[in-house]
Amino acid sequence: MKTIILRTASTYLLPLLLLFSVFILLRGHYLPGGGFIGGLIASIAFILHGSANGQENTKTLLRIHPGFLMPVGLTVAFFSGIAGMVLEGKEFMTGIWFKDPLPVIGMIGTPLFFDIGVYLVVVGVTLTIIMTISESS
Amino acid sequence: MIAHFLLYPLLFQFALAIVLMFFWRDTRIQRRLSVAGSGIALLLAGFLFAQVWQFGTVTFQAGGWQAPFGITLVVDMLSATLVLLTCLLGLAISIFSSASIISERAKFGYFPIYHLLLMGLIGAFITGDIFNLYVWFEVIIISSFVLLTIGGEKPQIESAVKYFTLNILASVIFLTAIAVLYGLTGTLNMADLSVKIAASENKGLINITALIFFVGFGIKSAVFPLYFWLPSSYHTPPAAVSAIFGGLLTKVGVYAMIRVFTLIFIRDEFIDNLLMTVAVLTILSGGFGALVQNNIQKVFSYLIICHIGFMIAGLSMHSELALTGAIFYMIHDIVVKGNLFLVGGMIYKIKGSNSMKELGGFYGSYPKLSILMLIPLFSLIGIPPLSGFWPKISLLQAGFEDNYYVLIGFILLGSFLTLFVVAKMWTNVFWKASTGIPRKPNFKYFGDLKFKDKLNMVLPIAILALVSLYIGFFAEHVQLLSERIAFELSNTSGYIEAVLGKIPPVNP
Repeated sequence: MKTIILRTASTYLLPLLLLFSVFILLRGHYLPGGGFIGGLIASIAFILHGSANGQENTKTLLRIHPGFLMPVGLTVAFFSGIAGMVLEGKEFMTGIWFKDPLPVIGMIGTPLFFDIGVYLVVVGVTLTIIMTISESS
Repeated sequence: MIAHFLLYPLLFQFALAIVLMFFWRDTRIQRRLSVAGSGIALLLAGFLFAQVWQFGTVTFQAGGWQAPFGITLVVDMLSATLVLLTCLLGLAISIFSSASIISERAKFGYFPIYHLLLMGLIGAFITGDIFNLYVWFEVIIISSFVLLTIGGEKPQIESAVKYFTLNILASVIFLTAIAVLYGLTGTLNMADLSVKIAASENKGLINITALIFFVGFGIKSAVFPLYFWLPSSYHTPPAAVSAIFGGLLTKVGVYAMIRVFTLIFIRDEFIDNLLMTVAVLTILSGGFGALVQNNIQKVFSYLIICHIGFMIAGLSMHSELALTGAIFYMIHDIVVKGNLFLVGGMIYKIKGSNSMKELGGFYGSYPKLSILMLIPLFSLIGIPPLSGFWPKISLLQAGFEDNYYVLIGFILLGSFLTLFVVAKMWTNVFWKASTGIPRKPNFKYFGDLKFKDKLNMVLPIAILALVSLYIGFFAEHVQLLSERIAFELSNTSGYIEAVLGKIPPVNP
C-alpha cells in the first residue's frame, strides 16, 4: 500500500487525527467522546501512518515502544482515583475539580485525568496488537 | 470516618500489577516484587480481617455517592475471610510461580496479569453491588484467559476456547438476569434488592430471575450439567495457574451463589429443591468422573466438581448449621485444592509426567516430600482430625435435623468416592514400582534446579499444608468463624443496615 497519494495524505492526516483525538478526549465528560474513543482515533492515526510508510518509520516516529504506554496510562488512572482520598481526605474515586475553567480545555478535574489514562492505555494496547500482528505476518 | 482500609488489598494488587508492568522485560525483578508484594497483600488482608472480626461489617461508598445510588463495597465476615484466603493462596502461588514459571512465559506478562486476577477476585468478594460483581467477573475472566493461553501450546489454546466460550456465555446470562432484576426493582445494590424483592408481589418473575442467576453462576462454579469445560481446561496451563484456578476461580461462582441465594432470593422451596438435585448430581458426576481419569491434574479437576456439590448441598439445606458446614468446607477446600494442584505440578516437575499409569515409586525416591504431599491428599478425604472431616459433621448434622436422608447418603457417597480416588492415586503414584518414564529432552527437571528454586517450590506446599493442618487441629476456631458467617448470612438485617443505614420502609 505504499502509494504516493496515501503517503502524502498520511503526513497531513497524522497531526489532524491526533488533534481530533485530543478534542474528542476533552469533550468527553458531558458529551459523546472520552478517553476510549479518543485513544482509538489516535491509534488509527498511527496505524494509517504505518501502513503508508511502513511500521519501521512509525516506530521511529513514536520513539518509545507503545506497550510502555499501558502502565503509564494505568498509573495516571490509578492516581486520579486516589487523588480525592489523598488530597482532600474524601472517599476513593471522589472527583476533585479546579474552581475556574481553563480557556479552551474547560473544567479540569480528576475525571479528566482518568480519561487521559484510558486514552494512553487504549493507544498502547491497540498499537501493540497491530504492530505484533504486522510483524509476525 | 471513611473505612479506606477496606480498599487496601484491592488497590494494592492493582498498584502492584502496574509496577510489575513497568518491568515488562525484566522477569527477575518481577519474580521478587511479586513475592514481596503478595506478602504485603496478605498483611493488609489480615488487618482487614482483624478489623471486621472486631468491629463487624464495614462498608464504603465509592466516590461518596450514598447507597443505593452509588457503588457500595461491603466487607462482612464472609468477604473478609475469602479476601484473606485469596491473599494467602496468592502468596503461596506467587512463591511457586517465582520458581516454576519459565522466563518465556513470564516475558508475556504472567506476573502483572496474575496480580490483576487476584485484584478481580478480591473485588468480586467485597462488592455490594450486583452489576459491579459482573464487572469483577469480567476482570477475572479476561485475566484468567490470558493466564490460560500464555505459552501458546496447542492443548492450552484448545482448552482456552472451551473455557472462554462457556464463561462468556455465563456472563451474558448473568447480565441478562441483572437486567431483568433491574427492570423489576429499579436498583442494583444488593442490600436494597433484598429489601425490595422481599416486598415485591411478582413472585413468578422473581423465581425465573433466580433461575437465570443460577444458570449463570452454575456455569462459573461448574455444577452438574454445566461443568464439562472445567476438566477439559484446568490441567493444561502450568501448575501454578491451575492452582489459582482450582483453588479460587470456581469458588467465586459458589460465593456469588451463596450471596445471591441468602441475601436476595430468600428461601423458596422450588429453588431449594433445584439446588439439592443439582448438588446430588454434581457430587455423582464429579466423583465418578474422577474415578476413570488417569492424569493427576484431571483427577483433581473432577474432584473440584464433586466437592462443589458439597457446598451447594449445604446451601440448599438452608439452615444455619448447613451454611456453617458449607462455609467451613469452602475455607478448607480453597486451601487444599490450591495445594493439590501445586503437588501435581511438583510431581510433573520431578518425574516429567502426570499420568498415573506411568508414575510410581515416588515414596521410595522422595519419602520426605511424599509425607508432605500426604497432608493435602488426606485432608481432602477428611480423615479425622484433618481439615476435610469437620465441615462434613455440620453438613450431616444439618441433614439429620431436617430429614434430608437422600442428600446425606450422597454426601457420604461423595466422600467415599474421594477416598477411593485418592487411595488409588496414592498406590499408583507413591507405592507402585515405577515403569521408568523416558526422560524428555529440553525439560528442566526438579533435580537440575538450583537449591533456591527447589526451596521456592516446596515452601508454598508446606505453607498451605500447615494451614490445612491448622484448620484440622484447631477446627474450633474455624468452626466459630463459620458459625458467625452463617449467622450473618441467615440474618440479613445486619448486612442491610450496614449498607443502607436503617432498613427503609418499602412502598409496594
